[in-house]
Amino acid sequence: MKSNREIEHFVAPVEETPLLATDTVKTDQAPLSLWADAWRKLRRRPLFVIASIMILLIVIVALFPGLFTQTAPDNGCELSNSNGGPSAGHPLGFTFQGCDIYARMIHGTQASVTVGVLSVICVLIIGVTFGALAGFFGGWVDALIARLGDIFFALPTVLGALVITQLPVFRENRGVLSVVVVLVVLGWPQMARITRGAVIEVRNADFVMAARSLGVSSIGALVRHVLPNALAPIIVLATMELGVFIVAEATLSFLGIGLPGSVMSWGNDISAGQQSIRTNPAVLFYPAAALTLTVLSFIMLGDALRDALDPKSRQR
Amino acid sequence: MIQYILRRLLQVIPVFLGTTLLVYFMVFALPGDPVRALFGDRPPSEAVIAAIRQQYNLDQPFLVQYALFLKNLFTLNLGVDFTGQPIAATLGRIFPVTIMLALEALAIQAVFGIAFGLVAGLRKGKLFDATVLVASLVVIAIPTFVLGFVLQLLVGVQLGWAKPTVGANADWGNLLLPASVLGLVSFAYVLRLTRASVIENMNADYVRTATAKGLSRPRVVMTHILRNSMIPVVTYLGANLGALMGGAIVTEFIFNVPGVGQKLYQAIIRSEGPTIVAIVSVLVLVFVMANLLVDLLYAWLDPRIRYEK
Repeated sequence: MKSNREIEHFVAPVEETPLLATDTVKTDQAPLSLWADAWRKLRRRPLFVIASIMILLIVIVALFPGLFTQTAPDNGCELSNSNGGPSAGHPLGFTFQGCDIYARMIHGTQASVTVGVLSVICVLIIGVTFGALAGFFGGWVDALIARLGDIFFALPTVLGALVITQLPVFRENRGVLSVVVVLVVLGWPQMARITRGAVIEVRNADFVMAARSLGVSSIGALVRHVLPNALAPIIVLATMELGVFIVAEATLSFLGIGLPGSVMSWGNDISAGQQSIRTNPAVLFYPAAALTLTVLSFIMLGDALRDALDPKSRQR
Repeated sequence: MIQYILRRLLQVIPVFLGTTLLVYFMVFALPGDPVRALFGDRPPSEAVIAAIRQQYNLDQPFLVQYALFLKNLFTLNLGVDFTGQPIAATLGRIFPVTIMLALEALAIQAVFGIAFGLVAGLRKGKLFDATVLVASLVVIAIPTFVLGFVLQLLVGVQLGWAKPTVGANADWGNLLLPASVLGLVSFAYVLRLTRASVIENMNADYVRTATAKGLSRPRVVMTHILRNSMIPVVTYLGANLGALMGGAIVTEFIFNVPGVGQKLYQAIIRSEGPTIVAIVSVLVLVFVMANLLVDLLYAWLDPRIRYEK
């Protein structure tokens, strides 16, 4: 028998409490995506803010070195200034050749940043393409790309670079391009591996299945649905690699197989500063500090991005 | 288990062949004549060139050259380099030095990296943890060669605690400074990896069980948390051994260590093809073998991993 008794409310109906605002799914506004969520976390992290400001500054220096120094970095070197200390207009002193250390440091930014950015772009194109194909299709495509990657992966960077730069093609014309080629040839397997792993995690998701059953081609599904959802680890690695590539360029220039001496770069300046390290350490110190700060910014940015984009590490 | 080892050994073969073929191809088959490069500006007579070509099998088709090279490699008949020194003897002299350097660097980064990473992980979010994390980023950002010069100047020259250069007689004590420089960058990676892994395992069910059983804290940390956290760290260390040997080029260059890196650098600058391919082949072999060893270590660390299938 149905009771007609009015049931007393001991708890206020949900419509009358502030809980309603918390509990209901807000249907009128879009849910926070991974990216929006990450951005909200990132804004509050000092590590991210510092790194971003430093990278912005470095990019401005690389694009417009003239804004920061009027001194010509390569001509106008006076041998009478050799190893001279700081003076008016020359805040960091002079190199062995009598060139302004500060001006060289500012103008050296461009080469290092260019090499880093170009290498990362090429590594992204090659590594993501191969990694995505290997992860999405699996089978013999995967096996072939994995073995191919292993071959390049088995060559340690400096060693591989030494061999590649001695090829007649590169021995004749060393420059930004030859360094980029070396870094890309040795760097793509890492990116391919990360992409492959990320793609494998996503490829069997329901939304990919839905897209396929609606008639999207396999390549279409890979490009439109799988890759955008596998981007997080790729972006993190790319940011860190940018720093790693800048160090690699400096190391190669130091060994005399990177940028030619005519190109102004931190690596070349450190290499030159090595001779006068005992008499005038400033020559080595400032380009090395600039290099370290730049690399530190990119690695800090990558670190912050990983914390923000990886929900697993965030729970901890 | 035996089957697994055999299968992994079989997988090593294509990588080894691919890498050595790649290097052999780059050194010998691309335009540019290694024999003529030997003589510089004064061209030698055709008879001399032909004799040298025959001695190094350079008159054969490329694939035959490569096959002969492999045969020589496995019979340890590496021939002589362009200055008449037997290459096998050179390898026997330089490899022990670099292996010593790499092992010492590996030991330094493993011991300090795991210790700091463990303590930082256990004290997540505290001052020590935050300091160590930022410091490790700074260490990663400093290029090895800058660090090498600075430490050489500071520790070697000004403080006089170690010899600034190693020279001919390399022993464990002499190599301590170069090994520290070589191991420092990877030390930061080991530290961060250990820390992340410890934090992940700290909240695992088996750790709670172990604590609930009444095990002492040190025992829980050492046998339950640390051992389970070692799996990614060991992978990294193993992959790193090969990289350390190849990456020792810069360190050996700075500290004048008579090892593989220095010899390889000289060989490449002088275009000594036979020496280059011999050294690189052995290095690649060390690299793939180190990775194989790592896979086998898994079984000991994590009995859940089975090697059938």
